[in-house]
Amino acid sequence: MKLELGYIQINDIQFASESKVEDGIIYVNKDELKALLLEDEHLASVEFDIAKPGDSIRIMPVKDVLEPRVKVEGKGGIFPGMIAKVDVVGSGRTNVLRGSAVVTTGKIVGFQEGIIDMSGEGAKFTPFSKLNNLVVICEPVEGIAKHDHERAVRFAGLKTADYIGKLAKNIVAEEVETFETLSVVEGMKQYPELPRVAYVAMLQSQGLMHDTYVYGVDMKQSLTTMLSPTEVMDGAILSGNCVSACDKNTTYHHLNNPVIKELFKKHGKELNFVGMIITNENVYLADKMRSSDWTAKLCEFLGLDGAIVSQEGFGNPDADLIMNAKKIEEKGIKTVIITDEYAGRDGASQSLADSDPAADAVVTGGNANEMIHLAPMDRVIGYPEVADIIAGGFDGSLHADGSIDAELQVITGATNEMGFNKLSAR
Amino acid sequence: MSKLRVVHYINQFFANVGGEEMADYQPELREGFVGPGMAFNAAFKDEAEIVATVVCGDSYFNENLEVAKKTVLDMISSQKPDVVICGPAFNAGRYGVACGSVAAAVKEELNLPVLTGMYKENPGADMFKTQVYVVGTKDSAAGMRGAVALMAPLALKLARNEEILSSKEEGYLPNGVRKNLFEDKIGAERAVEMMVKKLNGKEYVTEFPMPNFDRVEPGKAVKDMSKARIALVTSGGIVPKGNPDRIESSSASKYGQYDLTAFDDLTEETHETAHGGYDPVYANQDSDRVLPLDVIRDMIKEGKIGSLHPYFYTTTGNGTSVANSKAFAAEFAQKLVADGVDAVILTST
Repeated sequence: MKLELGYIQINDIQFASESKVEDGIIYVNKDELKALLLEDEHLASVEFDIAKPGDSIRIMPVKDVLEPRVKVEGKGGIFPGMIAKVDVVGSGRTNVLRGSAVVTTGKIVGFQEGIIDMSGEGAKFTPFSKLNNLVVICEPVEGIAKHDHERAVRFAGLKTADYIGKLAKNIVAEEVETFETLSVVEGMKQYPELPRVAYVAMLQSQGLMHDTYVYGVDMKQSLTTMLSPTEVMDGAILSGNCVSACDKNTTYHHLNNPVIKELFKKHGKELNFVGMIITNENVYLADKMRSSDWTAKLCEFLGLDGAIVSQEGFGNPDADLIMNAKKIEEKGIKTVIITDEYAGRDGASQSLADSDPAADAVVTGGNANEMIHLAPMDRVIGYPEVADIIAGGFDGSLHADGSIDAELQVITGATNEMGFNKLSAR
Repeated sequence: MSKLRVVHYINQFFANVGGEEMADYQPELREGFVGPGMAFNAAFKDEAEIVATVVCGDSYFNENLEVAKKTVLDMISSQKPDVVICGPAFNAGRYGVACGSVAAAVKEELNLPVLTGMYKENPGADMFKTQVYVVGTKDSAAGMRGAVALMAPLALKLARNEEILSSKEEGYLPNGVRKNLFEDKIGAERAVEMMVKKLNGKEYVTEFPMPNFDRVEPGKAVKDMSKARIALVTSGGIVPKGNPDRIESSSASKYGQYDLTAFDDLTEETHETAHGGYDPVYANQDSDRVLPLDVIRDMIKEGKIGSLHPYFYTTTGNGTSVANSKAFAAEFAQKLVADGVDAVILTST
C-alpha cells in the first residue's frame, strides 16, 4: 500500500464568516460548525476557542486531541468506520493540516482527562503546546449516561477534525512524503539482506474511557491482527480513552505515530519494515494470554528478526507488555519495548507492575509520578477545579491563585509510550 | 568566598605507601591532597580544596570494620569538611567496599555530603549504590581522568546542596531512584536505534533495567550416591597453610585449585582459611569444618559415596562480585565435567 502525505503548514487559526484554509491560516465559521455538532442530541451546547503556542492559556480537562486531515485521492475517507464509510484507507494521497489540532474539552466524564498549558513549565511536557489548537467545549445534556457522554464528545472531536480537514481538500501541498508497505513476498524480495522488523502497537481496551477503535471496531472485541502502517495515517485507529492523560495515545498520536515514522526512515537502509501488528490490553487473564500468544504467533509467521512494542497505559497493561515481550523473545525475535514509569513521587518504587529479564531493551517516556508546579495562566478554557480529582492530582492540587501542584500524570501526552517525546528517565 | 573544604579518603596504594604488602596500613590523617587528590584539587579550581586526606590499608579496613570506621570518621570530622570524596576504587574490590562503607558512614553518622566512584562491577557498587552516590568509572586507574571529570563537579553540587539530576546526566550508577530528563532524540528514534544495535549484536544501554531475579535451576537428584563421583568446592576460603596463591580475604580476584590426594584429614598444620568475613579461629584449627574432607573419606570407605575428585576449588565469597564468581565456576566446572563428576558439595559461609 502506498500513501502520499501532503503537508499544508498551518500558522494560525481565526474565527471568520467563511470556513476555509488560505495562506497557512484556518478560518472557522463557528455557527456552521456548531450546527453540525449539535446534530447530536446528547450535546446541550458547543462552544469554541483558540489556543496558540505561547498563549497564557490552560485547557482542562482535555479529552482528545486530533489532527485535521482529508483524503485527496484514493479509497475511503479519514476515520473509516467512524466518520467516513467503511472502506480500505491508506493509499493515494492525504492532505495534513500540519501545525494545527482539534482539542476537545468540557465537563469531565471520568478521572483521567488532562491538562494542556500553552506556555510556561507545563508547555515543555506536552507536544500540543506547539500547535495552533481549535478547542471544542462540549456540554452534555442533563442526566446523560457516562458512555453516551464519552461517545458524544468523541464524535464531536472527530467531526470537527473532519470538517476542518475537508477545507483543505483542493489545496495542492508543496511538501509531500511517500510511505509504502509491500506484500510479504515483495517486501522480502526488495530487501533480502536486511533484518525484518515489525511494529507491535498495544491498544488500550479496558472499558469506559479506556477504549480504542479500529475501523470503528472496539479493540476489546478484536483478536490480535495486522494492518498496513499507512492505514493508521488515515485515521484507522482512534482514541476513545483517557487513561491517565500523560500516557493516553490521543487520536493525534495515532495519526502521527512516531514509531511508524522512525521505522520508515530506516526502511531499506538498516532494516526491512515489514508491517504492523495491533493487539489489545483487555482486563481478563484469558484475553491477555490469547492476545500475547497471538502477537508472538504473528511475529513468527512474518519471519521477523525484531519487533518494536509500544504500550498504552500502565498497571494492568504492564502484564500484557511483559507477556508480549517474553513470548516474542521466546520465538528468537529481538524486542525493544517502549513504556513509561510509575516509580512514585520519590522515584524509588518499582516502575512497572510486572517485569522479566527477557525485556532487556527498554525505552521509557519518564516517571509519571514526578511532581510538577504549573503557574497560573491568564485564561483557563474549561474547568480548573478538576485539578483535584484527575489522575495525578490530589486534594489541594489547585491553589487559590490558579496555580497547580500535581504529578506529571495530569499533562496530556507527557510520558507518551509511542516515544513521541524526548522525556526519559534513569 | 572561602573555598569549600574537602576531605579525601584513599587506600595505601594510591597514597604510595605500598601495594598488597602494605594493605594492613592503619588509618593515617595527612594534610592537604595526596596522590590522585592532586587531580581533584586542580579540577576544583577556586571553588574548593582538599584540606586533608585519610589513608587506610584495604585489608586493615575490611578486617577491622568497626574500629577502622570509627577512626576514619573521627579523622574526617576533625577537619570539618563540606564534602567528602572516597576513592575512586575502579575495580579493586576491597577498596570499593571500604570506600562504600566510609561513604555510607559519613552520610549516616556525620550527616555530610559524600560521594565515591568505582567500576560498576566492583562488589562495593552493588552494595552501596543505593545508599550513596557511586560515580561509574572505568575498570582501572587508567580511567582516573574520566573519574575526576565526573566526581569533582558532583562533589561541588553536593557540597552546595544543589539539585542532583538523573544518573545519566550526573554520571553516578543508577541507584534505583528514577529521575526524569530530556534526551536529544524522541523515544521512537531511540527505540529504533536500540533495535538496530540489538539486531547487529552491538552494545546498547536499556533505559530501564528490569529488576534482577537471578534464579538457578536446581540440578537433578543423584539416584545412587554409592556410585557417585563427588567434588568439593567452597567459598569459605579454605587454602593450603600459608595461602600460597595469596587469595584475598575479600573481593577475591582469583580461585585456587588444590590437590587432596595426599590428605584424609585437614589439620592446623596443613590448611587454613583466607576468608576475612568470619571468625577464622575454628576454621584454622580444623579446616574440615568448612571443607568436609574427613567425612567424605570416611563415607567412601564405608561405600556410601563412590569416589572423590582429586582437587578442591576454593575462593573467598566475602564481597566477591557475582560476575567473578560466575567466571571462576564456569572455568573449573569444565574440569569437573571432564572428570565425570556427578555432584558437587559446595560449602559457603
